Amino acid sequence: MRIPYRPLAIGLVTLAFSALVLARAQAGDRHFFAPVTDPVVKEECGSCHLAFAPSMLPARSWQRMMGELDKHFGDNASLDPATAEKITSYLVANAGDAGGQRYSSKLLKGVASGATPQRITELPKWVSEHRKVPDWEWRHKEVRTKANCIACHTAAEQGYYEE
Amino acid sequence: MKNMLVVTSGIVAMILSTATIAGPREDLLAQYAAAAKASGFSAARGQALHTQSFSGGKPDTPSCTTCHGKDTRGAGRALTGKTIEPVAVSVAPTRYTDPAKVEKWFKRNCTEVLGRECTPQEKGDWLTFVIGQ
Repeated sequence: MRIPYRPLAIGLVTLAFSALVLARAQAGDRHFFAPVTDPVVKEECGSCHLAFAPSMLPARSWQRMMGELDKHFGDNASLDPATAEKITSYLVANAGDAGGQRYSSKLLKGVASGATPQRITELPKWVSEHRKVPDWEWRHKEVRTKANCIACHTAAEQGYYEE
Repeated sequence: MKNMLVVTSGIVAMILSTATIAGPREDLLAQYAAAAKASGFSAARGQALHTQSFSGGKPDTPSCTTCHGKDTRGAGRALTGKTIEPVAVSVAPTRYTDPAKVEKWFKRNCTEVLGRECTPQEKGDWLTFVIGQ
């Protein structure tokens, strides 16, 4: 009898990866960052990537980002002024330092008061929280980039980022 | 008399066909046709545009298929890892019904892939291609 090694190996790797992700997802408490609810913000900020929770960056970061949309991480993501203004007010109103955000002060710990971080994945707390994730896992074809939260945090779109 | 009948049925057929095909996608095509002063669009040219590799845009996105995938009826994937709805109208029937959205993405994606905006002729060809997919 011929054993189908290739499909078997692929299956095993997939299973192992899922188990690993699941194990991570089940541990720890339920870190909640309210997802974007505004339909315009969801559409404009969530077409190319997950519409990141506004509470993950301070208001000043969002203001800077919205002023530099023509150079948005290497892409020209310019919007018409009216839409941009509407999105900015939403992000600022729901920013991590806007108050009433339970987990934001933790995530934004260590960010200098005048600093305007643009990448959530470069926040000191983000870096330390993800220090145990090995390099190969970031390079996995289902992950590809650190901005792809949902690859591991399967409920990211609902706002939950458990460990 | 027979001629009259033919002409009348011809007119009726024209009205009927206009009534059934006129929609946001057809309006867009008409708009592109007017702008391109083109006599028609070609799905084959649209397909060629879709699969061709360009060197004028960003090096990590040389063609439409880089993100949209080779199968027009299958989902694509952005470099960020996010899934993209298939481009084929047969599997994504709500696509290209919002003209502003179509224009926004032509502008953004053509700039990234070709390094310039697409011409009305190219837009019409591409839209004709995906409508037929």
